[in-house]
Amino acid sequence: MSLFEAHNIQKRFGSRVVLENISLSFEEGQVSGIMGPNGAGKTTCFHVLTGQHQPDRGEIVFDGRSITGLPPQRIATKGISRSFQIMNLFDDSVVIENVMLALPEFRERRRSFLAPVFGDAALVDAAMQVLEQVGLAAKAWEKATSLSYGDRRALEIGVALAARPRILFLDEPTSGLGSDAIRNLARLVKRMRQTVTIVMIEHDMRFLFELADRISVIHWGQVIAEGTPQELQANPWIRRSSLGELADA
Amino acid sequence: MISLSDVPFRTPLATFGPMVFIGLLLVTAPWWLPAIGLYQYLGTEIAIWLIFALGFNLLFGYAGLHSFGHGAYLGIGAYAFGLWQQNVMVGLWSGLAAAILAAGIAGAIVGALISHRRGIYYALMTIAFGQVFWFSAMKLHSITGGEDGLLGIPRPALELGFASVDMRSNVALFYLAAVFLIVALVVLRRLVNSPFGRVLQAIRQNEMRARFAGYEVWHFKWAAFVISAMFAGLAGGLFSMAQQSAYPDVMSLHQSGLIVMMVLVGGGLVSFWGPIFGVLLYFVARDVLGGLTETWLLWYGLMFMGMVMLRPEGVAGMLHLLVRRVSGERSGAELAAEKVS
Repeated sequence: MSLFEAHNIQKRFGSRVVLENISLSFEEGQVSGIMGPNGAGKTTCFHVLTGQHQPDRGEIVFDGRSITGLPPQRIATKGISRSFQIMNLFDDSVVIENVMLALPEFRERRRSFLAPVFGDAALVDAAMQVLEQVGLAAKAWEKATSLSYGDRRALEIGVALAARPRILFLDEPTSGLGSDAIRNLARLVKRMRQTVTIVMIEHDMRFLFELADRISVIHWGQVIAEGTPQELQANPWIRRSSLGELADA
Repeated sequence: MISLSDVPFRTPLATFGPMVFIGLLLVTAPWWLPAIGLYQYLGTEIAIWLIFALGFNLLFGYAGLHSFGHGAYLGIGAYAFGLWQQNVMVGLWSGLAAAILAAGIAGAIVGALISHRRGIYYALMTIAFGQVFWFSAMKLHSITGGEDGLLGIPRPALELGFASVDMRSNVALFYLAAVFLIVALVVLRRLVNSPFGRVLQAIRQNEMRARFAGYEVWHFKWAAFVISAMFAGLAGGLFSMAQQSAYPDVMSLHQSGLIVMMVLVGGGLVSFWGPIFGVLLYFVARDVLGGLTETWLLWYGLMFMGMVMLRPEGVAGMLHLLVRRVSGERSGAELAAEKVS
């Protein structure tokens, strides 16, 4: 059985069906990719898998247990973490605090009313380790809002990573990044995959084909093709579509 | 620009400086208040409103939850203290405990009903519940004394085990309120920098991200409401001791608006110390401006409007800017070096 499975997911908003019938499975220790044209339902699919939207039909199973319909805060505590396409940070707070808040040991202390957070060396060290991983250690005490776009993207991943998830969903992590930053990100994903299962939506096909073990193609709210990058590049249907040009890129 | 969620400076001067300064001001108040033409009771009133304002800012500033009906919990504390003295027993500790508990219970019930709401709906619900409590106080004559309120509430002596201190003098009552103010300052300062307080601030900034970080957001909103209601209850208990009465006016929409205005003018949205400036400014304006003109509220209101439009960060924000100009701009790295890890 796969670490994470979604069976026959349907999601509609009013009369508009966004996810028709999606079934996906992500194997432990692998990097899985999700691609598809704009408006295909990729981000909605992420929202459903991570609890932001409830599916109208279907089942989501993580580690052998159903998490269908659970709210995001419950899903997060089970070891599922995500980053956002449109960045979602605590802008008023410093970089290190963004990461600290997502640490499981911080969450365990959430009912601690009088202990000063920044006096806790263990918390600060744990957050620093995450920041070193994403290359932001030198900017730990700067406000999140003052970071450059690329650094904010890195922090977005750092916050998701801080939860020490078993599975990490990344929603278009390269969006808006320059080529150097994309190379850094690729290195980071390669390091992260040693400890965490990764699922990412990505438009940058070169990035995705380099890193993913398996890729699912979503179009019209359905999975229209699945396979390894090589299998997809050879898939005649994919080759005929606009995605084929991207896959060759 | 400062914000509530800045990392607190942990140099001894920054941590204890303001506390020591406020402590000295409070200890010496009975001497200097009359010397500058003011009176002792004003000190008591200010200390009580400071407890109320600091507790309120946990909800308003730190959690970003806009309650416009918080006078209700001040009033509930005042009535609970009075009713306890008149119907159960005369006792300072038990009376204040009853005030805190009653306001806490009311806050817990209201908080449970409104904490799933956000923005304008949250604000309107706080007003609605505030009005329910105010109306109840007006109409439940047999319990609350109706419009006249509860009169002749005694000021019980402070029993310390080894000694008993008479609270009938305004100076003694002032010192009691001052001690509670210092306790409130220390507790709230620690609270806002504890994991609970920092999560509360994270929720203010980005409720969705807080959820995805695994926090049950409404529990935190509820807890913030209850804690701030309990501080209001404590202030209410002290207020009914000071006034030796409890009446519906303290629960009115007008009073609830006043605390919002004090916190905003003082800079409660950007600084822990903001509510202190706001309360001081209001009472000094009331007594000094009020001594000069009957229309002092008009001038105070105009100042409030000017502040909101030109300096929404309030007195605390203005002072911060001034200090930075005087001491010179410092780089982020220098500031970070002062922050303890």
